Amino acid sequence: MKKEIPLLITFLTGVIIVVTFFIPHQPFGGMQQRLLIWYSIVLGFTLLLGVDNLLRGNIRRMARRQAGWGYAAVLMAGFVICFVAGVVSLARHNSLIALNGPFMYVYTYMIVPLQATMFALLAFFIASAAYRAFRARTLEATLLLITAAIVMLGRVPVGAELWDKLPQIQDWIMEVPQMAAKRGIFIGIALGTIAMSLRVILGLERTYLS
Amino acid sequence: MTSVIGTWIAAGLTLAIFSFLYRDNPAYKFAEHLYVGVSAAFAVLYTWAFDIWPMLVEPMILGRGVADPVDRWILIVPACFGLLMLARWIPRVAWLSRWAISLTVGIAAGLGITGQIQGILLPQIRGTLLPMNSIDNIILVVGVITTLVYFYFSVEHKGLVKAGARIGVVFIMASFGASFGYTVMARISLLIGRLNFLVTDWLHLFR
Repeated sequence: MKKEIPLLITFLTGVIIVVTFFIPHQPFGGMQQRLLIWYSIVLGFTLLLGVDNLLRGNIRRMARRQAGWGYAAVLMAGFVICFVAGVVSLARHNSLIALNGPFMYVYTYMIVPLQATMFALLAFFIASAAYRAFRARTLEATLLLITAAIVMLGRVPVGAELWDKLPQIQDWIMEVPQMAAKRGIFIGIALGTIAMSLRVILGLERTYLS
Repeated sequence: MTSVIGTWIAAGLTLAIFSFLYRDNPAYKFAEHLYVGVSAAFAVLYTWAFDIWPMLVEPMILGRGVADPVDRWILIVPACFGLLMLARWIPRVAWLSRWAISLTVGIAAGLGITGQIQGILLPQIRGTLLPMNSIDNIILVVGVITTLVYFYFSVEHKGLVKAGARIGVVFIMASFGASFGYTVMARISLLIGRLNFLVTDWLHLFR
């Protein structure tokens, strides 16, 4: 009962999605769209579990005055500020993304700079990773070094200043050898996903129930 | 005035994150935890405003945008599955959340088949079926086939398969190198954006 019903639900929903793909007529037509809406709704509820877990853990840290409880308080404050801003935006402007609403203020001056700077920080760590990866000890590492160097230089004005053919070579690398390997990898991923999806639908893969 | 305060907040947070380049420090940890907090609230609000409200509350409870009553009341099904997901909060009935997980897994698996066939597999194969009338086309086809040979582990890599896999590695490494270079440039672009914000919008050094 505890395993059979979930397996049946997975089987039925998986089969319905596949059938509606091949028979886009009533009563199947529109079923895929409907199930996608259901999917979004259920995932919305799932988010509550994650946020509850995050907040509960940090409230516990604060209550027990554990190490770094001050940072837990910062996290909670960030959550409350953004949440209240969102609720006020919805109440006043009937929209979360009203340009003059408090939520967009928090988004523009807190979320965007924090997110962009976090990713910008990776530029420095990628540079140190590149130093380790690009030491030309083998043919593979040399290829990695040459193509990466051409792509990096070919995409900035200084590359064209150094050698006017560099941007064209960069384009060729992206469109031919890079594309070839990427296609091979994509085809492999697609075949793997299809095989795994079939295993899940047929109940051969049950790890998600554990 | 509010935009000036906002710019100072954004500049402070940007510098706090960049301070990690020196070493892990309280300013970075402050910004990091703030980021997690606001991102969690953002996710909740976004899901409410763009998923739950227009897909569930408006059509089912308020009856907006649905002509057919069946379309309205059938939404009780995903609402119930969503509530079942929350059964995890009650240990005695936590197993009921498997029903909701199964629904999402089933839909994802179904889309895994149809989406991959329609969106990835067929377009990629179609793009590879090229006339062998140019060097580029030949390189492209050879590259795709040898890359697939490299990832084919059902037979031992020896003889012709080994030779194919060896050529495949050359393409894969060239591709990884190009992707790496591309990623580095994207990150550098973001870095320039942040530095531009600091010197232009915050310090007004350039106009």
